[in-house]
Amino acid sequence: MGKFNKTGKKGMPELNTSSLPDLIFTMLFFFMIVTTMREVTMKVQFKAPQATELEKLEKKSLVTFIYMGKPTQELQAKMGAETRIQLNDRFADVSEVQDYIYQERENMKEEDQPFMQVSLKVDKDTKMGIVTDVKQALRQSYALNINYSAAQRQ
Amino acid sequence: MARKKRSMPGINATSTADIAFMLLIFFLTTTSMNTDRGLARRLPPPPDPNVKQQDNIIVKERNVLQVRINKDNQLMVGSEYMDVMQLRAKAKEFVANPNNEDNLPEKHVKNIPLLGGECMVTENHVISVTNDVGTSYQAYIDVQNELVAAYNELRNEKANEAFGKDYAECSEDEQKAVRDFYPQKISEAEPKKYGGK
Repeated sequence: MGKFNKTGKKGMPELNTSSLPDLIFTMLFFFMIVTTMREVTMKVQFKAPQATELEKLEKKSLVTFIYMGKPTQELQAKMGAETRIQLNDRFADVSEVQDYIYQERENMKEEDQPFMQVSLKVDKDTKMGIVTDVKQALRQSYALNINYSAAQRQ
Repeated sequence: MARKKRSMPGINATSTADIAFMLLIFFLTTTSMNTDRGLARRLPPPPDPNVKQQDNIIVKERNVLQVRINKDNQLMVGSEYMDVMQLRAKAKEFVANPNNEDNLPEKHVKNIPLLGGECMVTENHVISVTNDVGTSYQAYIDVQNELVAAYNELRNEKANEAFGKDYAECSEDEQKAVRDFYPQKISEAEPKKYGGK
């Protein structure tokens, strides 16, 4: 009894927080593993079309992205509402796609080059005309492995 | 004893939590969870300008399933108007040709040891997808998706029949055998204009 009285005088017992860093570190490691840094700022609106039979993109280092869609709200005043192509950080024309692919291929390791993959991130409201043009450009530059980016249909 | 233990000097670790929190928040904000997924396709190599365009690659009419999408996202499969929902069944029937009909792809004998030697395979079939300039991308993806789904279902059925498990659970060799039985042949023809201006 006496013992209890003593501690009672000290006030509220403190919460033991010594394991808090460990908890946080666990969460930290989780996010570090799942994170993929987005290297480019999006200049086009991109809403993925929906599909069910999806495959995962395997190796990130082999993948080149091409974005297509309407410019974002802020840029629409300047660029208009026409569907545009975005390569890296800038808008581009269909004619530039081929050079871009060559350039990206140059930057890749030589042994990886045959396995290059191009992921087409195309907004779902885009008309096929421009997509077909890009596809033809990809064919011309022998980037034949493509991937239509899509979201899982619920 | 207890008193002695308490007097042990320890590293003050109260701030590790803060440091970890900061890192955590950094990764939380930069993370984009959505893993990239999509429909994989292989484009045909570009036409060689040195070789004259010759049209002597005659594909028999029964071996081709024409899928056309017009600018209003309407679908024409073969010679009939169709809804996207019906496409999967149609494509499956076309690829498998279960009753060996005359107007569906012809079958050839192919030796696939894992599936019991000689198999009748519709290996010359082609599903040709043509779209208009004005077709919406979602409609195009819908069609592609249905076609891939048709192949996946057929392969699954075959894998279940031959190995008693789903295609995804089969070993590398078994998957290859099933792939040989149902080779995926979706051709993306040269762009053309369909369905008005």
